[in-house]
Amino acid sequence: MNYMNQQPQPYAQQAYQHDGKSAETRNLKPGELSTGTTIMAIPFKNGVVLGADSRVSTGTYVANRVSDKVAQLHDHIWCCRSGSAADTQALTDYVRHYLSQLAIETGRVPTVKTAAHLMRRLCYENKDKLMAGVIIGGWDPVEKGSVYNIPLGGTCIKMPFALGGSGSTYIYGLVDSLYKEGMGEEETKLLVKKAISHAMARDGSSGGIIRTVVVTEAGNEREYIPGNELPFGP
Amino acid sequence: MASSGSGYDLSASTFSPDGRIFQVEYASKAVNNAGTALGLKCRNGVVLCVEKPLLNKMLLPNSNRRIHTVDTHSGIAITGFVSDGRQIVNRAREECSNYEETYGTKVPPTVLGDRLAAYVHYFTLHGSLRPFGATALLASYDTETKEHCLQMIEPSGVSYKYFGCAAGKGRQPAKTELEKLDINKPDRGENIDVREGVKQLARIIHLLHEEGKDKPFELEMSWLCEESGWEHKGVPRDLIKEAVEWAKKDIAEAEESESEEDDDDDDDEEMNE
Repeated sequence: MNYMNQQPQPYAQQAYQHDGKSAETRNLKPGELSTGTTIMAIPFKNGVVLGADSRVSTGTYVANRVSDKVAQLHDHIWCCRSGSAADTQALTDYVRHYLSQLAIETGRVPTVKTAAHLMRRLCYENKDKLMAGVIIGGWDPVEKGSVYNIPLGGTCIKMPFALGGSGSTYIYGLVDSLYKEGMGEEETKLLVKKAISHAMARDGSSGGIIRTVVVTEAGNEREYIPGNELPFGP
Repeated sequence: MASSGSGYDLSASTFSPDGRIFQVEYASKAVNNAGTALGLKCRNGVVLCVEKPLLNKMLLPNSNRRIHTVDTHSGIAITGFVSDGRQIVNRAREECSNYEETYGTKVPPTVLGDRLAAYVHYFTLHGSLRPFGATALLASYDTETKEHCLQMIEPSGVSYKYFGCAAGKGRQPAKTELEKLDINKPDRGENIDVREGVKQLARIIHLLHEEGKDKPFELEMSWLCEESGWEHKGVPRDLIKEAVEWAKKDIAEAEESESEEDDDDDDDEEMNE
């Protein structure tokens, strides 16, 4: 941006200018990495499927085309990260630490609800300094599979399925029309893969490979689909 | 057994030569001088009960509470120094609200009990502080595992889980009576029901209370059970009244049958002669 040619403007107007950048990327500091991304999580009968793309960008440069945006918080609790890579990595480290302490104090498996609340507390209390949108998904003995969406600002909502990241805006219609309650594991995995491919096709900040994690009582299964085998895309 | 501390009992931070901390033991003695508190873990809930001696005829009835709700799913009955007990209750309330704010769920009973025990224990470590002269009976419900729980936190800072526990003046005979009830059967389904528990606790309190010797007293009871929606509430007044009436009748009948047995013995002796 050429500061010399600009007229001084009231703060409110400055805040709304976007120069074509997406909501998630315009507040980044120069040189900061963004996980402008597509993430989603859908619970099914016995667990949860989490999915994400793998592109990390600084402006137009793709800093990492195979990054892992699905982070493990505890044995059966995972988290999809979007927004500033630094912020979300720091947040996941904090929540991972608090959850492991809690598991020792209570002597039981922490619930997805607790993980979501911890994340929400951090996101909300520090909302001025953070730019992070996360989706927490996992399995616990109390609620079985559940998914919580924590967008920018720090709301925490339990949802039947959650989408996040810059690419999610392009696939709301698709997921709304394809989602059904009571789907099994395979059907849910296919839906996640299809939706993320569609988002990657249209969103410049999403791309690379699709990473999925299937969380059930038995354990976690990681998978990835290489870029040339996407169910949909150029 | 009166044991003199003689020099090792001036501060909680001094051990005696035989490895005791007298201040903590004296704190327990303070509790033992106060009104009896009972707790009972029944099949489908927990009942707490405190005997409040009415020290003054001018006291407003049902004021001066001894049983406090700490969170929707937990309650504490206090005996000993009531003011010391209030501190424990306030701390418990802070712990509960803090835990829920941070982790989003109600604090599990074990965690709450352990934290209160740690708090009470802290005061036994410093020369500038005195231990609490109060015992807390904690009834609580685990919203995740759906199990209810009764714990007792003593002035020394120990906390155990109980089927039935007693503290205060009448704790020795109370413990004997509690052991006679069906509360520790291996098949939990056979254990005593909450309503039956209310009646039995009322009976035990009245049994321990000697008419001429002890002051007139008020009975305060609370429960945490299926019937109360697993929320800590006072036992409904009419239920307490029913329980007290039943208790008095039961005690009177037991006394009668004892005196009848004595008459039978006399007859046997005549026959033998």
